[in-house]
Amino acid sequence: MATAPPKKRKKSARRQQLEFVALYPVDWLDERSGLVRWVKHFLFRKVPRDIGWYHTLGSATLTAFIMQAITGVILAFYYKPDPDSAYESIQHITNDLTLGWLVRGMHKWGASVFIILMFFHAARVFLFGAYKYPRELNWIVGVLLLVLGMLEGFTGYLLPWDQTAYWATVVGINLNATAPFLGPFLAQFLQGGDAIGRNTLSMFYSLHMLLIPGAIIALILLHLHLVIRLGVVANPWTPEPGDGDKAAAAPPGGRAGLLRPGRRGPPTRGNGA
Amino acid sequence: MTSPDDKPHLPAPTLWPLGFAAGIACLLVGLVVSELVAIIGGALAVVFGFLWIRDVTRGITAEPAHVEPERRRGAATARARADVTPPAYEEEEEAAYPRSTFLAVTTLGLGAVIGGVITAPVLGFAVLPSFTNQPDQDVELGPLEDFPEGQFVIATYLEQPEVGEVSRRTVFVRNNGLLEDQPSFTVIFSRCVHLGCPVQPNGPIDEESRKTVGEHNVLLTQAQPVGFGCPCHGGQYDTEGNRTAGPPVRALDRAEFRIRDGRLWLGSFYSVGEVEGSGAQARIKKYGRAAPGVHVDGISSWLYPIEVP
Repeated sequence: MATAPPKKRKKSARRQQLEFVALYPVDWLDERSGLVRWVKHFLFRKVPRDIGWYHTLGSATLTAFIMQAITGVILAFYYKPDPDSAYESIQHITNDLTLGWLVRGMHKWGASVFIILMFFHAARVFLFGAYKYPRELNWIVGVLLLVLGMLEGFTGYLLPWDQTAYWATVVGINLNATAPFLGPFLAQFLQGGDAIGRNTLSMFYSLHMLLIPGAIIALILLHLHLVIRLGVVANPWTPEPGDGDKAAAAPPGGRAGLLRPGRRGPPTRGNGA
Repeated sequence: MTSPDDKPHLPAPTLWPLGFAAGIACLLVGLVVSELVAIIGGALAVVFGFLWIRDVTRGITAEPAHVEPERRRGAATARARADVTPPAYEEEEEAAYPRSTFLAVTTLGLGAVIGGVITAPVLGFAVLPSFTNQPDQDVELGPLEDFPEGQFVIATYLEQPEVGEVSRRTVFVRNNGLLEDQPSFTVIFSRCVHLGCPVQPNGPIDEESRKTVGEHNVLLTQAQPVGFGCPCHGGQYDTEGNRTAGPPVRALDRAEFRIRDGRLWLGSFYSVGEVEGSGAQARIKKYGRAAPGVHVDGISSWLYPIEVP
């Protein structure tokens, strides 16, 4: 039974019609916004040939953050940031609401996953030398993200409003107070007064769900922009450049990025520089 | 100069609109704040408005005044540096301050001013409430008979009853007897001066003696401590609050006290560098209240030069 190669098969009229109907809204959107092209450019960019699972740590971290954002929004439906009802509302979420235990558990354990993945991702970047020129700025943005992630942990820890939360925050805030010069002022600002009270809880809640996540999202966008602009670094042991831009190929046999210290070439995309 | 008649009559550049705008702003603010300000603002607006109109209509009402075009300040020196006679057209270019630049700078500057005016109160509201109008504690701890001489009493109370249990504080109170016919009390605050955990009395606590007093929900419990210990990081203190072991950086904070109508009242807290002696004879190095972990004396205190209000 001989079949024609698929490339030469003519599309049936019906199939063409279907494709037209399916693609029409996509075309409509792309013609007016360029969004579809942008998404294609983002998802189908060239990367070095031999990247592996360790290059997915960044995406994993992003996924963990998105999980935190989604579960956090759902928790905020039911959480009450008031000293009289915060603890009860957490108990209500955990014990009474359908699947509340699951969402709260995902948010609680996901927080640790997010921090741990950030460290793994940073370690991978560090060990592979992927922070080097021209990607130093992205390393700096990443460090800021790490700090903000830990601030999320610090502010989120108070919200259950139990004894652990209370005293851990007392200690954390007083650690800040020991910083020279402005430390005591920082501590009093964080407490929302001269001691932890109802202001502290609502302030931490606001920081935890509005200010810090907003800053994290903005920095993630910048982080991703730099990743797309500068491309992915090949593994340090790769003897040949990736299949990206051939013009900027490293010398054969050289270890990309390590062989030419001090050289300041133009930013390159998707190769081993 | 060409004759003024072959060009449309454009108003001469004038600064009066700025004063007019300031007057209007002043008037509007005054309507909210005070009549006097509104009157001043109105007067300013009228005066500057008149001056502005006079300027604008000068071309119609009188011969146009000859206005020397503005020159950029750097132009002369730049020409001198160039050391060559500039071509004729350059002078004409430099003479004019481009309208687009003026508009750009004005827009950006106004944007900055507006942004600053909006940001300042918002920032103030974000930061200042933490430092102003902090509650003064004025707590009655109970009748003097509840504080037997030479014995520590654990007193826990609500600093702000309307806020609830989160404002519960603990002090260790010891009646030291009389000093020169005046009652003497040692009132030690329970928060560890390492990082603020609650120190516990090292010794038996007489749970059965517990009683509740007054509107601040005061709980009084007698105890026989030989010192105080912190469960968090192991700081240890003696019965005067002096550090004996562990990471704390000074002696435990204390509170002033008052006696009114035979009842003991808690005053404000203060920090202590060190206590010499004990009981009624103790000599206390007293400082303004500092956060836990902050040095109040010695060289290390130079790291904290500004006291939090």
